[in-house]
Amino acid sequence: MAHRKTILRIEDMTKRYGSKTVLKNASLSLKEGELKILIGPSGGGKSTLLQCVNFLVKPDKGRIWLDGEEIIHSRKKELYAYRQKVGMIFQDFNLFDHLTALQNVQIALVKVKKKTKEQARTRAINELERVGLGDHIKKYPAQLSGGQKQRVSIARALAMDPKVMLLDEPTSALDPELISEVLDVIINLRLHGMTMIMSTHQIGFASELADELVFLEDGNILETGPPKKMLSDADCERTREFCSKITELYGNSF
Amino acid sequence: MEELLFIRFEVLPALLKGLVVSIKLIVPSAFFGLFIGIIIGALRVYGSTILKKAADTYVLIFRGFPLVVQLFIWYFGLPHIGIYLSPMVASIVGFSLCSSAYHSEYVRGAFLSVKTGQTMGAKALGFSKLQMIRFITLPQAFRRALPGCGNEIIYLIKYSSLAYMITCIELTGQGKIIASETFKYTEIFMIIGAIYLLLTTIASWILHRVENSLLLPGFEHYKA
Repeated sequence: MAHRKTILRIEDMTKRYGSKTVLKNASLSLKEGELKILIGPSGGGKSTLLQCVNFLVKPDKGRIWLDGEEIIHSRKKELYAYRQKVGMIFQDFNLFDHLTALQNVQIALVKVKKKTKEQARTRAINELERVGLGDHIKKYPAQLSGGQKQRVSIARALAMDPKVMLLDEPTSALDPELISEVLDVIINLRLHGMTMIMSTHQIGFASELADELVFLEDGNILETGPPKKMLSDADCERTREFCSKITELYGNSF
Repeated sequence: MEELLFIRFEVLPALLKGLVVSIKLIVPSAFFGLFIGIIIGALRVYGSTILKKAADTYVLIFRGFPLVVQLFIWYFGLPHIGIYLSPMVASIVGFSLCSSAYHSEYVRGAFLSVKTGQTMGAKALGFSKLQMIRFITLPQAFRRALPGCGNEIIYLIKYSSLAYMITCIELTGQGKIIASETFKYTEIFMIIGAIYLLLTTIASWILHRVENSLLLPGFEHYKA
């Protein structure tokens, strides 16, 4: 892995809400094709960290480099261009309710990337077929199941040709039966070498696929390491405690 | 018989003339009112602190001043600073601005009802704020604001009768002229009332048609 180049580097990310610090000096780097999975209790700062990475939440401190170039988020043009290269998947999908699955994928291609309607349409159909939704392109979000919605949102992000994907608990809002259809898509992305940071409670999935697990609690990155070590022999007491509890709860399978 | 002939040949032609003026007042006022209302509503939700304050003040003033007073200011007040508006233009300006203040309230509520997740979704794809409003939140907010905005347009049809106060002789103004010439107040104002009822009925019908044509899965009305 050493020969791969670093795609994303985050340094000293800090975010406060009032007097509460929800993220403290978090640093992280991501090599090409790498998958890092954030684990930790709810409210530990996983979502905040992911949202700080594409500046949906403005960090109080911290710097970010994509492909070696630092992103200055106060320069609007730079920020918008950067966000196009960083795909984001949300826990509750965040599809645009007034648009069909096809239009959801198409709209940013036309309005943001300035592609022609025809190009955008072809691309959108390809991406939707890739996530197994070729038969549902004309449906509105209200007519899709949770798993289908999440797959549309993945297609929507992929159509932008992102260099990195951020996945914020992509399966947490889904019925148990629908989780696997979304995880399958993510596994497929992984096999195609997509660089990703993901937060999840699906510990079985995490341990099999992740290059590294990152344990976050109270806004601190307490420990980072390969899944095997983190789950069975973590250095930090709290990591061990959390990992054994979550393994018990969610099991090793996915 | 004499009565009917009088209505047929004296009253109706005059009222018809007034009706044409009324429609010329209502249609542009409804259009500009809604247009400005959407902009003000969007500013009140998505504007910077200063723009928000400015838009709030706008609403405070145009919703707070009695409409007749606003019309007097546009028609009798502005000439003092060298601006002369015709009665027609002064009325349309007055109606549009007042109506936009009310529209902005419906639009604001509708913008707020769009789930914030969708704005995050749009931003994460690289939409600018303006693009996000135009392509993502406005199309949804507009659908939700329509019943309220329709209500405001129905109101506008009726308060357009205030234009005669600044000598823009529309339907009510014409009626008042013939009535005071003939002293047939009851008959004439009954007819005028019926004409307004007809106008508001047509307007509600059109608004319903528009609402239905914009209906999408996930935006359906409650059906008992």
